[in-house]
Amino acid sequence: MAEEKKRLIKKIQATSQMKKIMADYFYELDRASKEGSPPVAWCTSVGPGELLLSLGFLVYYPENHGAMLGTTRMANNYIPVANAIGYSPDICSYLTSDVGAFIKKETPLSLAYEGINEVPKPDVLVYNTNQCRDVQDWFSWYARELKVPTLGISTYRCIGNVSDYNLESITKQIKDLIPHLETISGNKFDIDKFREVLTRSYECTQLWKKVLETNMAVPAPMSFFDGTIQMGPAVVLRGTETAIEYYTLLLKELEEKVKNTEGAVDGEKFRLYWEGMPIWGKLRNLSEFFIELKTAVVASTYCNSWIFEAFDPEYPFMSLARAYTELFIVRDENFKEKYIEEMVHKYKLDGILFHDAKTCPNNSNNRYGMPERLQKRLNIPTLTINGDLNDLRCFSEEQAKTNIEAFVEQLEVV
Amino acid sequence: MNYFTGIDVGASATKAVIINAEKEVVGYSVNNSGADFRAASDTAFSKAKKNADPKGSENYIIVATGYGRRNIPYVDGIKTEISCHARGSYHFFRNAHTLIDIGGQDSKVIRVDVLGERGSFKMNRKCAAGTGAFLEEIANRLDVKLGQLNRLAEKAQKNIEIGSYCTVFTATEILTKIREGEQVENIVKGIFNSVITRAIEMDPMENNIVMTGGVVAYNPFLVKMFEEKLGKKIFVPPLPQLTGAFGAALFALEGKPTEG
Ligand code: SF4
Repeated sequence: MAEEKKRLIKKIQATSQMKKIMADYFYELDRASKEGSPPVAWCTSVGPGELLLSLGFLVYYPENHGAMLGTTRMANNYIPVANAIGYSPDICSYLTSDVGAFIKKETPLSLAYEGINEVPKPDVLVYNTNQCRDVQDWFSWYARELKVPTLGISTYRCIGNVSDYNLESITKQIKDLIPHLETISGNKFDIDKFREVLTRSYECTQLWKKVLETNMAVPAPMSFFDGTIQMGPAVVLRGTETAIEYYTLLLKELEEKVKNTEGAVDGEKFRLYWEGMPIWGKLRNLSEFFIELKTAVVASTYCNSWIFEAFDPEYPFMSLARAYTELFIVRDENFKEKYIEEMVHKYKLDGILFHDAKTCPNNSNNRYGMPERLQKRLNIPTLTINGDLNDLRCFSEEQAKTNIEAFVEQLEVV
Repeated sequence: MNYFTGIDVGASATKAVIINAEKEVVGYSVNNSGADFRAASDTAFSKAKKNADPKGSENYIIVATGYGRRNIPYVDGIKTEISCHARGSYHFFRNAHTLIDIGGQDSKVIRVDVLGERGSFKMNRKCAAGTGAFLEEIANRLDVKLGQLNRLAEKAQKNIEIGSYCTVFTATEILTKIREGEQVENIVKGIFNSVITRAIEMDPMENNIVMTGGVVAYNPFLVKMFEEKLGKKIFVPPLPQLTGAFGAALFALEGKPTEG
């Protein structure tokens, strides 16, 4: 049975190359951590990674580590450890699982990569509150624990149009980081290097966008669940040639699949949008379940969140500020609804699935009536399932699956 | 001759309904689900067969539904309980309605349109509050039998507010009421009211309202209270605990189940 199931998920050949570049990335960080050079910066996933790279830092993203704790289902071993020191089970379970794992001196990195025993030691922690306040609390815990400086950008939240005053403030905050980062890294800021990194990040972003857009084809060549894995390099390696090379390779493979009408779901009958965080510990399980239901989850806010259209080396600071401010998660309900509406048309979707992640209100867009409004306005069915990114105590598999199955039955009669 | 069977393997009870080609119920049974869904469905099916077909000469087409729907190997198809409840309810009420099903472990609000097509639905979240399991827990707490709740609620002298939406918090609230010397009857009525509020919170109560499920079957007074709260009549099909199984039997007859 398990063997039979394994074959349900179609292999993406490029993945073996991704595993290699991710391994290289973590080994390089581990070396730097052990040798004390080059300097290591921890950065939030939609934070100013490009600036850090240009200053010679190797950049480590704790959210990526959080997702690893989720996919390996180790998170629930550690969340209670953080709960016990006063970090509530209701706050970000990336934070609680990551902090808990650190306290226990364990990491999924050591299981995946021989010789790596711990997460890389930071020289500085840099956050951006564009996504949530939890990242600030998360990095502040490490700042206290490791006695490492923490720097941050505090952005606006829930904004409609991105206005000049938003951008001016963020630009100023980014510039203010530079003297501190120069001192910590021992490197002088070089605007040309910054422009080069931005150019590469932009190229990575464009390729990642094209990768996701191959799913406009019917049948879609890649599922949302594949996408959450394939986006690894866009998160941690953007700004490097390696990421560009990887997405060139992946794009070619997916375009080939489109040409051969090879879908990720055999006999694709329905196409859905996934709004919200992945349920990391259940990726495979849900992926197989949707395949059995002949339903393809073809587009998502989550995977789209690493498309930064605004990057422009001509205006490096302003464009960095814009890219990290015009993101979906930073915007108001009107913007978000219009965005999803466009996705519905672009990807020819039959329904929208909202994941209400218990510990991440920032990515749970069902909570202010959006599914009901979209359902009415677009005349498209929506479904909300309850779960969480990492805390599987908040997820009832049976209830979620019954909901999804009943939703597909509903699509059958529409 | 073909008979059509729906087996609803719910979290608390397993129900089987057998109908003939005229959609008449010829046999049914209700049993505890226990820990072995396969065994529970065998028992439910064979008990229902005893009434329907004492000689054992009929051919059966079976559709399974409910939490344990995938645990029965001998079915011809499966369908979720959401679709089966809607189908069963529409058989009796051929109009657009909002169906509230209060089951053992979950409650659902399902929209059925005038053509009998099922629209959106909502299932309650992870807490047992507002379900049969909740009533069971509270009955234990009050040291009364589950079967006595309806009669007790009927005898209540006043309305008391029980506001928590967590089973554990409710139990604590009840302890406070007991300490204050509140009558058990009044507490039970307060609990019924809390079940009603949980349902109202799930979705707007539009069109006609139909209620199904075990809680409704055993507690008609709760339906009466619900009617008073909404200020309109609530329709309850015959054998409300069997609506899902009956809907599954109709799907078996109509030949539209998903492959099992
Ligand atoms: S956005 Fe959500 S998942 Fe991401 S760090 Fe913030 S709270 Fe955690």
